[in-house]
Amino acid sequence: MQEMTLTPVTPTIRSRPVYAPLEPRAGRLHLIVADGEGAEAVAEMIARAPDAAAMLGAAHVIYCPGPNGTDMADRLAALGAAQFFRAPTIPALLPRLQRVLADAHMGTQFYLAGTEGLIGQAEREIMATGFPVGAIQKEHRGSTVRRVQCVHCKGITENVATDPFRCSHCGLNLFVRDHYSRRIAAFQGVNIDAEDPGKAPPPVVRFG
Amino acid sequence: MSLDFKPGEFSDFFRDETFRGDFTYRNSPHLIRRFPFPFDRDDYMYAVNMEPHVPGRKGTAFEHILDVDEHYVAEMIDRAQVLAEDPLRCQSLPHMTLAGWDVLEFIMETKARDYPHWFTLERDGHRWRWINRPLGIDHSFTFLDESTLPYGPFEYITRQTQGDWTLQDERDGTLWMDAGIATSQADWSVDFDVGMNFHEWHAPVPIAHDLGVFDRALKFLLKLQHGAPVRRFNWTMTVNPLLDTAPETYPRWGPMRTTLTPENMGELMHLRVELQSLYRLPRSNAIAFDIRCYLARFDELVTVPKWARRLHRVVRDIHPDLAAYKGFLRNRDMMTEWLSRHDDGAPTSPGWWPED
Repeated sequence: MQEMTLTPVTPTIRSRPVYAPLEPRAGRLHLIVADGEGAEAVAEMIARAPDAAAMLGAAHVIYCPGPNGTDMADRLAALGAAQFFRAPTIPALLPRLQRVLADAHMGTQFYLAGTEGLIGQAEREIMATGFPVGAIQKEHRGSTVRRVQCVHCKGITENVATDPFRCSHCGLNLFVRDHYSRRIAAFQGVNIDAEDPGKAPPPVVRFG
Repeated sequence: MSLDFKPGEFSDFFRDETFRGDFTYRNSPHLIRRFPFPFDRDDYMYAVNMEPHVPGRKGTAFEHILDVDEHYVAEMIDRAQVLAEDPLRCQSLPHMTLAGWDVLEFIMETKARDYPHWFTLERDGHRWRWINRPLGIDHSFTFLDESTLPYGPFEYITRQTQGDWTLQDERDGTLWMDAGIATSQADWSVDFDVGMNFHEWHAPVPIAHDLGVFDRALKFLLKLQHGAPVRRFNWTMTVNPLLDTAPETYPRWGPMRTTLTPENMGELMHLRVELQSLYRLPRSNAIAFDIRCYLARFDELVTVPKWARRLHRVVRDIHPDLAAYKGFLRNRDMMTEWLSRHDDGAPTSPGWWPED
């Protein structure tokens, strides 16, 4: 069943993180960060927990709607975690996550679910605090739009659906290189028509 | 732009030349034959192709562990210009400072030993004095005390050393590129790649993953020992003698690829060779990776008959995916046609030396 709902990703991008269904683990604190359809992955994981009540009693859930508008906050809140917080967007969610991480102890388990933009930015915050990569699980659900950094001006364009696309900062036409930086939590965008100015191919929807 | 060094000494040896604007870079005629031509046969495919990095033939780029050639001063001026425009080209994550001191020590010791007329290192415990005569630097500092240097140790010494450098931390069974300086790179971004592991930063390279090249190379490198460095070649093609072919500035230099004609081919098209060497560092256990860039235009290369024949055959027969990745697919037919005029079809001897 899991394989049916996990967002399929091209397996050929070697720098892209590997995603797998979330598995409940033993931990002192379960820090769960999700957006959009990631809520379903969280609910399914908790349903599989040997002692769901105990897990929820030590769980802090931080959630925001997905870039496609999917909002399952009510369903997640109804699970009954010790703490639940809904932010309107990812940027609005991150300060909360940073504050929680400041107090998190070793033995905390991290569960990230939803879009790559959410997963990447949350993972970056967690890794900056020095937690081992092994304590972080990631499940990609929902929209496949990408967060892309323009390699030229360094500005990040969120929710890129087409390839090529126009950089929202410097305006260059960029193609989305299949190269991902966890430190920046973004794919790389490179000018597509530098050698033939004004002759960029028409945008094609590649990420939905 | 103001420089924080004062070149001028030995100006009879070090060329006054540019890698931008009027592009006055040249290889002196008597030095063309020391160019590290990378093809030891008439075709090319990826291989790990590592060999011990030991001093080689006199009068070649392999004579010393670190090759300081006639382009040294001009390259350091170009690097200072790139870093002034874009400081993100040099980055070092906080845990890499010790590895930076390691590489500073390695470079200073090696240059002072092999080029004593240009470089001097005096040591009294941790009080060091470094004299770099070609760049007009005479600087006393305390080893392992960052506050006594104008930059971090990695940036300080690589601003005085040809080649892009990266420092790899070893953990979790792989290598992490946690520091780097790149002002002569073949289209990869330090800013984007710093912090990546070995397989991640090689992700965009076509074909080689499926050949298992990176798995074998990583296995090999994890066994690298202090005092036993290794080297390999890489290469690409560049229109105009540009050192700085970063993705950051691609909109500036990419259009130059469209200026190529059969008439200016010999002048504009350059074979760009990376002589890559790798060193295990003693204190940090990190690995230093030196990517030294050499440029020679087609006109210069075809003065060596063996290289002329071979370059034609390599360009003509290369896999199109590799030609695309190396950025010369659009010009490949024109290059093949031009080079064919310098290939009489005679057999070539094995190995890359010009005279064999």
